[in-house]
Amino acid sequence: MRAPAQSNDARPLSLSALARGRGFGRTLDRVFGWTTAVSGSLVLVILAFMVLTTTNTALPVFTSEGISFVTGTEWLPSRGVYGILPFIYGTLVTSTIAVVIAVPISVGVSLYLTELAPSWMKGPIAYAVDLLAAVPSVVYGLWGVFVLLPLFLQPAAEALSSVFGFLPIFKGPATGLSYFGAGVVLAIMIIPIISALAREVFKAVPADDRLAAYALGATRWEMIREAVIPRSRPGLVGATMLGLGRALGETIAVALLVGSSTKISASIVQPGYSMAAIIANQFQEADEQGIRALVGIGVVLFAITILINMAARLFVWRLVAER
Amino acid sequence: MTEPVFSVNHLNVSYGGNLALKDVCLDIHPREITAIIGPSGCGKSTFIRCLNRMNDLVPGAQVEGQVMYHGEDIYGADIDPVTVRRRIGMVFQRPNPFPKSIYDNVAFGPRINGFKGDLDELVERSLRRAALWDEVKNKMRKSALALSGGQQQRLCIARAIAVEPDVILMDEPASALDPIATVRIEDLMQELKQEYSIVIVTHNMQQAARVSDKTAFLYTEVDEESMSRWGILVEYGPTGGIFTKPLDKRTEDYVSGRFG
Ligand SMILES: Nc1ncnc2c1ncn2[C@@H]1O[C@H](COP(=O)(O)OP(=O)(O)OP(=O)(O)O)[C@@H](O)[C@H]1O
Ligand SMILES: [Mg+2]
Repeated sequence: MRAPAQSNDARPLSLSALARGRGFGRTLDRVFGWTTAVSGSLVLVILAFMVLTTTNTALPVFTSEGISFVTGTEWLPSRGVYGILPFIYGTLVTSTIAVVIAVPISVGVSLYLTELAPSWMKGPIAYAVDLLAAVPSVVYGLWGVFVLLPLFLQPAAEALSSVFGFLPIFKGPATGLSYFGAGVVLAIMIIPIISALAREVFKAVPADDRLAAYALGATRWEMIREAVIPRSRPGLVGATMLGLGRALGETIAVALLVGSSTKISASIVQPGYSMAAIIANQFQEADEQGIRALVGIGVVLFAITILINMAARLFVWRLVAER
Repeated sequence: MTEPVFSVNHLNVSYGGNLALKDVCLDIHPREITAIIGPSGCGKSTFIRCLNRMNDLVPGAQVEGQVMYHGEDIYGADIDPVTVRRRIGMVFQRPNPFPKSIYDNVAFGPRINGFKGDLDELVERSLRRAALWDEVKNKMRKSALALSGGQQQRLCIARAIAVEPDVILMDEPASALDPIATVRIEDLMQELKQEYSIVIVTHNMQQAARVSDKTAFLYTEVDEESMSRWGILVEYGPTGGIFTKPLDKRTEDYVSGRFG
């Protein structure tokens, strides 16, 4: 922020007199400006520090493995072979499954809450959804293993594979401890997050838009489809991205459910691994080089998250610019 | 005398049990502009929303009495409000185009109504009738939100016309507009009057006097004991009469600017 130029003699006298009279306020203004600038840059400094130190730790592995660190499919720490493609793949697959399941359900829940539910039901349901968002992920993980796995994940995985087993992505032998199982539990975890945001997004649609649609003879469904959804699209992308971000980084629930296989598998009903999960599971036993490799996975995960976020921003920005 | 478009009988409206409009009876005639005037809060918007069942959308609103539309009660048990609103269009106080292209705004109504004919032609015709075509014909795919307030309001009128309604209700359509845009809307209403019946709510007495054929004056009645207040219809008749020789003292005070 820049104070108005003092030397501007062309200004009427009264104005500069006015500015001088408010000296104290302007000092405060400057202090405030500095404070915010410092705290803002502090965030950048911390971020840069993190990136530098982690990259530095992982550097020996990056240099010894080269590009095969991210393209290699063999993870054999005992022999010093570090290829992390199976984990990148697992992270992307489980997160994709989660988002594909969670987004329609979340949109449905929030549409119901904002547009359809009788008003006495809105409060309790919205509150329950918000509570679900606050449940720690280890609870979701344990519940997933002990309740959801026998009750739903295992039978569902087997059913998928017996019906669609001719497709490579559903090929058996099927197990609930798989990309699919982890994806479903991730979906349950991110539904509250996405729907809490989507609810706010729908609520923010101006009443005028709704009335305009109704006045043209729209039914409630047509009103939602034509007035509410289009207005909400950028917000929904944002909500999805927040859920995706959570899914990409989720560690413990995925570690418990993904099946812990370092082999890459095209079938989502077979066990795999994710980047966050392998870091958590192998950090304790790893030797020095192994730890460097695990930190390297962290760096790659960070890079992927940033890339996806930037893509999302670009997309939202284009959506908004279009109108 | 022609058959009335609307015949409103003993209309009472309340919000959450509080009476807002009491015992309104009036007839609205085709191909005329009927103005609703009265002080703020007397129930003008409430009244006009009864004519296309927009009050159904207000939680807690309750409507009693009859609103006969071409001899059929639109509050009848077997009447679908969606059908009512397709016949009776509405333009709001604040211009409220959708965040879509100009074309898609006008095409909205026809599309949801399953229009089968030549949509381009209908859109052009509606925009021409709303006196907006020349200004927008080269940017049909541009966002409607980029138009000026007055253009947006005419777009909203075009959008309402595109469903080929029978009546157009306007709730203070020019109150957010500058004088030039207002005159354009008023001229437009004179044009539209050839084909449609128009009911307009306005705060602007000169506007009512200029554009309307009939004027209804609503006024707030206060019950001193319970301090509750509701709107009543004080006087209704040809606009000239209401403004030059009103029968009721309250109308005279209001149109001469003595209160309100
Ligand atoms: N949605 C609503 N919920 C509850 N009460 C309402 C609602 N809309 C209107 N009212 C009440 O009904 C009465 C009439 O309101 P209305 O909006 O019809 O007045 P109006 O004549 O259109 O006023 P204005 O000229 O300010 O627009 C007011 O007392 C108002 O408080
Ligand atoms: Mg009003």
